[in-house]
Amino acid sequence: MKGDFLIKNAKLVDGRGVHGTADVLIGEGRILSLSGGEAPTVLDATGMILSPGFFDPHAHLREPGQEVKEDLQSGLTAAARGGYTDIVSMPNTTPVVDNAEIVAALKKKAAQIKQARLHPAAALTQGQEGKVLSEAHLLQAAGAVMLTDDGKTNEDAGVLAQGLLYAASWGLVVSVHAEDAGLRRNGVMNEGEVSFRLGLPGNTSYAESARIARDLEVVRYVRDRLANKVSARGLLHIQHLSTKRGLELIRQAKQEGLPITTEVGPHHLTLTDEALNGLNPIYKVAPPLRTQSDVEALIEGLLDGSIDCIGTDHAPHTQDEKELDLLRAPFGIPSLEVCWPLLYSELVEKRGFPLAVLVARFTDGPRRILGFPPLHLEEGAEASLVLWDPRSQRPVEPQTFASKAKFSPWAGWQLKGWPVCTLVEGRRVFALE
Amino acid sequence: MSETATPSFPKHLLDFRDWSRRQVESLLETAQMMQEVLARPVKKVPALTGFTVATVFFEPSTRTRISFELAARRMSADVVSFSGTTSSTVKGETYRDTLRTLDQMGIDAYILRTDAAGVPYQAHSWLHKPVINAGDGWRAHPTQALLDAFTLREKLGSLEGKKIAIVGDILHSRVARSNAELLPMLGATVVACGPAPLLPGSLPGATLTTSLREALYEADAVMVLRLQKERMEKGLPPSLPEYIAAYQVNRERLGWARPGAPLLHPGPMNRDVELEGTLADSPQSLVERQVANGQAVRMAVLYHVLVGKS
Ligand SMILES: [Zn+2]
Repeated sequence: MKGDFLIKNAKLVDGRGVHGTADVLIGEGRILSLSGGEAPTVLDATGMILSPGFFDPHAHLREPGQEVKEDLQSGLTAAARGGYTDIVSMPNTTPVVDNAEIVAALKKKAAQIKQARLHPAAALTQGQEGKVLSEAHLLQAAGAVMLTDDGKTNEDAGVLAQGLLYAASWGLVVSVHAEDAGLRRNGVMNEGEVSFRLGLPGNTSYAESARIARDLEVVRYVRDRLANKVSARGLLHIQHLSTKRGLELIRQAKQEGLPITTEVGPHHLTLTDEALNGLNPIYKVAPPLRTQSDVEALIEGLLDGSIDCIGTDHAPHTQDEKELDLLRAPFGIPSLEVCWPLLYSELVEKRGFPLAVLVARFTDGPRRILGFPPLHLEEGAEASLVLWDPRSQRPVEPQTFASKAKFSPWAGWQLKGWPVCTLVEGRRVFALE
Repeated sequence: MSETATPSFPKHLLDFRDWSRRQVESLLETAQMMQEVLARPVKKVPALTGFTVATVFFEPSTRTRISFELAARRMSADVVSFSGTTSSTVKGETYRDTLRTLDQMGIDAYILRTDAAGVPYQAHSWLHKPVINAGDGWRAHPTQALLDAFTLREKLGSLEGKKIAIVGDILHSRVARSNAELLPMLGATVVACGPAPLLPGSLPGATLTTSLREALYEADAVMVLRLQKERMEKGLPPSLPEYIAAYQVNRERLGWARPGAPLLHPGPMNRDVELEGTLADSPQSLVERQVANGQAVRMAVLYHVLVGKS
């Protein structure tokens, strides 16, 4: 058999588990064979692992309007370097992504960039103002895969309910930033011992759980209203979960069969509010870094499936903005390029977290919430893959990021598992020199 | 005629709760006779001579009012009319005051339209006189359903086993509710379709779906509802282009239904919004037929509630 590209001796790990080593022949955008073949380009991947391409359900690429922070070119390149073949961009740009024309324009531009594939999320409400629903059907037709007012917190439960009902008509999932604005107030970090000691305005973990509790009731209502009129998979996706209490509510609701999903970001799995002790705004993120007990709970939730997937919440800003004081600096951490090696190192290497489960949370989990079929390593499967090296160890060096945001709370951390090569439909979009 | 041959009729038409299939069918047969009357050069019979009928419209509708008033006049009834708006009837008791006042003037039957569900029931209990519901809120519009059924039978023959699709804002539609009550009584199945926020959680008599394709698939007839401006202003659907792209019944989509499936619309129509304009004028459209049949059906209803035998 003849193909374009042969990856020899790669160990295969996909969402179903760890398989043996194989010689993976790639051509026509697909995996042609797992038992070798002829190809003009051959890569010896001995000791490396091949997985389905990572899928990020939550990244901020800042285009249109804030290209100084990030744009499609830099963001999608960063994604490919991080092992991502697919990425969902958030709509809180300037202007807001709330009409089909912008979605179509983003899709078109991203296709020309030929890096990771872009799947825009569109606003749930026009202008993300929380009042009038956006044109879900036209947005979906233009390529939007999700509706969200991320960045805003959906204060009006009635509008959220109508939005969920309407989105369900089109099989679209709605994702929400679950924080009660009143409880959150102007908090810049987790409310607790550290914030009290530092004298910084806190954001209580109950701001998250209170909103999740409300949203779960809204989902219950919507599910009952829908009865079986639509074949909705998930109705509501709760973004960037950060608290133990929020997780408990979600776990309970899932056991009851509520159609909800959730994600967790790399920072909420690896950092705590203690990091703010040095008063460095680099750790300022929304929702905020919580406590060790929250981190432990989230890792447990990731393991048992209460948390469906990893979402980076990649949120680039300029250096100047991030060097403002803690009250004025913007929320956000860029993480596309480090998310996989970070979690591989911190969870799998250090804590024995099962590798295949982590892979599943990077691949099958996000695909499922968005309605994409799972991608597994088998003959005939789409060749959107990442080859990564569990042995390579090197420090995080933000200045080498493809992302325009050249700062990272993990700068200097020695990580393993760096991506070596990323393929989108058989085309190499990233290869380590 | 004997008791068994002639069903006695409820002295009201509030909805179809008190009506049997036999009574409805008998009423539709009367409507057929009324249609023959309307085909004559002199469209008038003395059936209701001496009766006085009042149209009491707390919610305006010129079309429905004219249809009822002409129906009454063609049967030689005297007709008075009262119009009020909800602003002049802020409290429920104002309905009662208005109706009781009219009742002192020797009215024999009331044709009542309100923006509030249930008022015809209240009126019936206050007045002890025949009340015909000409539309109450989102709840019922039984004469519209009767004329729809009449028009459908004219076109399709029996409704037994026929699939009727109703498309649009089902949640706020009294036309949909009354049709979902009546058409299954006559043997049809009803599929109601619209975007989920505009569908009720359940609707007795109908299957609900958000999928237009599923609703229209092999439908024997398609009933399109008017998209109300008031809903648009509240953001549902989010925009006209959106609604048109998703739920407009157009030529292509009508192809999902059975060939030649008739099209109904209770009017007034937003041309090229809920229904492609040229379809409304096509041979498949029964829109004008519905209006013509409305009068015959309303004559039959008045006759039955006032005279009470067929
Ligand atoms: Zn958010």
